[in-house]
Amino acid sequence: MKILVTVKLVPDTTADKRIDPATKQLVRSGVETVLNPFDEYAIEAGLQLKEKIGGDTTVTIVTMAPESGKEIVRKALAMGADDAIMISDPKAEGSDVWGTAYALAQAIKKNGFDLVLCGTQSTDSITGELPGALAEFLGVPGITHARKLEVEGTTVRAERETDNGYAKVTADLPLLVSVTKSMNTPRYPALKGIMGAKKKTIAIASLADSGVDKPVGHEGARTELIDLVSPPTRGKGEVFQAADAVAGATKIIEFLRERKLV
Amino acid sequence: MDFDLSDEQRAIQTLCREFARDEVKPRAEEMDRDAAFPYDLVKMMADLGLMGLPFPEKYGGAGADTVSYALAVMEIARADASTGITLAAHVSLGATPFYLFGTEAQKEKYLVPLARGEMLWGFGLTEPQAGSDAGGTRTRADLRDGAWTINGTKAFITNSGTDITGGTTITAVTGTDAKGRSEISNFIVPQATPGFTRAKKYRKMGWRASDTRELSFADAAIPEDHLLGERGKGLKQFLTILDGGRISVAALSVGLAMGAYDEALQYAKDRHQFGQPISKFQAIQFKLADMLMEIEHAKLMVLKAAWEKDNKRPYEMTASLAKLYSGEVSRRVVNEAVQIHGGYGFMDEYPVSRMYRDQKINEIGEGTNEVQRLVIARLMGL
Repeated sequence: MKILVTVKLVPDTTADKRIDPATKQLVRSGVETVLNPFDEYAIEAGLQLKEKIGGDTTVTIVTMAPESGKEIVRKALAMGADDAIMISDPKAEGSDVWGTAYALAQAIKKNGFDLVLCGTQSTDSITGELPGALAEFLGVPGITHARKLEVEGTTVRAERETDNGYAKVTADLPLLVSVTKSMNTPRYPALKGIMGAKKKTIAIASLADSGVDKPVGHEGARTELIDLVSPPTRGKGEVFQAADAVAGATKIIEFLRERKLV
Repeated sequence: MDFDLSDEQRAIQTLCREFARDEVKPRAEEMDRDAAFPYDLVKMMADLGLMGLPFPEKYGGAGADTVSYALAVMEIARADASTGITLAAHVSLGATPFYLFGTEAQKEKYLVPLARGEMLWGFGLTEPQAGSDAGGTRTRADLRDGAWTINGTKAFITNSGTDITGGTTITAVTGTDAKGRSEISNFIVPQATPGFTRAKKYRKMGWRASDTRELSFADAAIPEDHLLGERGKGLKQFLTILDGGRISVAALSVGLAMGAYDEALQYAKDRHQFGQPISKFQAIQFKLADMLMEIEHAKLMVLKAAWEKDNKRPYEMTASLAKLYSGEVSRRVVNEAVQIHGGYGFMDEYPVSRMYRDQKINEIGEGTNEVQRLVIARLMGL
């Protein structure tokens, strides 16, 4: 079985981020790039399926990123993925969700697949739209926000998280599943994996070589970023001085009541 | 000249940083309070391959280099010095003697499970009366009827009495040479040897979650083939072991200093006095700048020594300089980190309080600052 896992490279989630007012882009210099933490759940899900199903099951990482991101992709290989496909092309820069999903779909189709796994969202743009768009371009069912996943033969059973519970769904391969945080705990890449990862293949291809026949990047973008602003800084909180705990608590209750919070 | 880490070295550093941050750091305070040996963390480090990091794969190791090992120890010690020394002592003192001096059969029997982290092992050099004067060993081993009979006492032996310790390698006097000096040899003493007993864990100022014990040997008999390396080469062997060990203890000191700096920097940004974060005061800024400068300097020395070892260059001098300097840097850094915390730094709920206690041994263990200066002077040819 061919399992493909899409990943995105994002700025370090713990770093302070700044927006360049001129370009309306995130300032990336000085900020380390990491694997999108949400994608690690999808990688883990793929690896667990591989371990369970065995045989000739493979886990391939798919990403669209500049070639400089190769070493970040290697972390996924160190975790245990077999190989990686990387679409690296200057013309891919500025791709929106449509362009990214379209390009990834072509590369995935070209490679062949039974199951595509995605994280639910990225930590940088957080649109959460990619899994749905990708399933559409691949022409397969998409089970999004899965918290549980089982594959038996060609039948996939999953539990989808909903606002007030979960829904049990089933579908046949090939298909796409996006994986939530509650599905698993991603493993650390053990030393054996790290040492072995350098021998694994990361196939780098241009858009054309990946079979992308429509313009993506800035040229093909269907959406335009009008503005990007930092969240407003929170105002100073109100500080109550009270003689004792009861007086303090009373003041807090009054404050909350005034705002209809209790 | 190239200061970039290789992709592999960086990946190992990142792994250890994340593991230490997520698994070790949250437990450090409790482990210190209860003096509880972290069996589960050791198991996790074993599963990750850290316990056999620098040994070849055929002996159960990960086949990584000394630079990676130093980076790993730094990151673990940055979160918790006790876990750091457990790892460093296991690799540099427990497993390395087998790797350097063991026969193929001994490597198979001991190094493989040690590198896999299934078993821990002690290294018994220090005695109650033989500290800096390590050659003044009084423990004796006598060959009688095809067995070595050992009598004596060893002090301050790390990893020697945990539930998963397999034994300890010790130095013992096996006779006198032509000039009347003690002939010293190394012996493999399995835990179950009759007459070999471990005392209760010491109550310590720092490194409280690591396992440190006094060992007694009363007519403890081991088979003749439990000699490690050649008879009479014990002194030379342990000096070689300590040469490499200096890189890891230096890394331990740098890691501790990095941890204290992390805490101090964060605290300085969070703590407000006179209407602004104390990090805005020059008095605090200067302390933090000095701390960072010294850490960076010490780190470069440690990595240089590791690089020299990896590239088969003489590394004894750099390793000694790094060990001495890093130990002293860690003292200055933890001291200022507590100072920046003010009264809170004196409270056990702040990590810098533990780090302050954990630091002192960095200037004593595996060669005191004074002995280290002697070693350096001798390497200078004085």
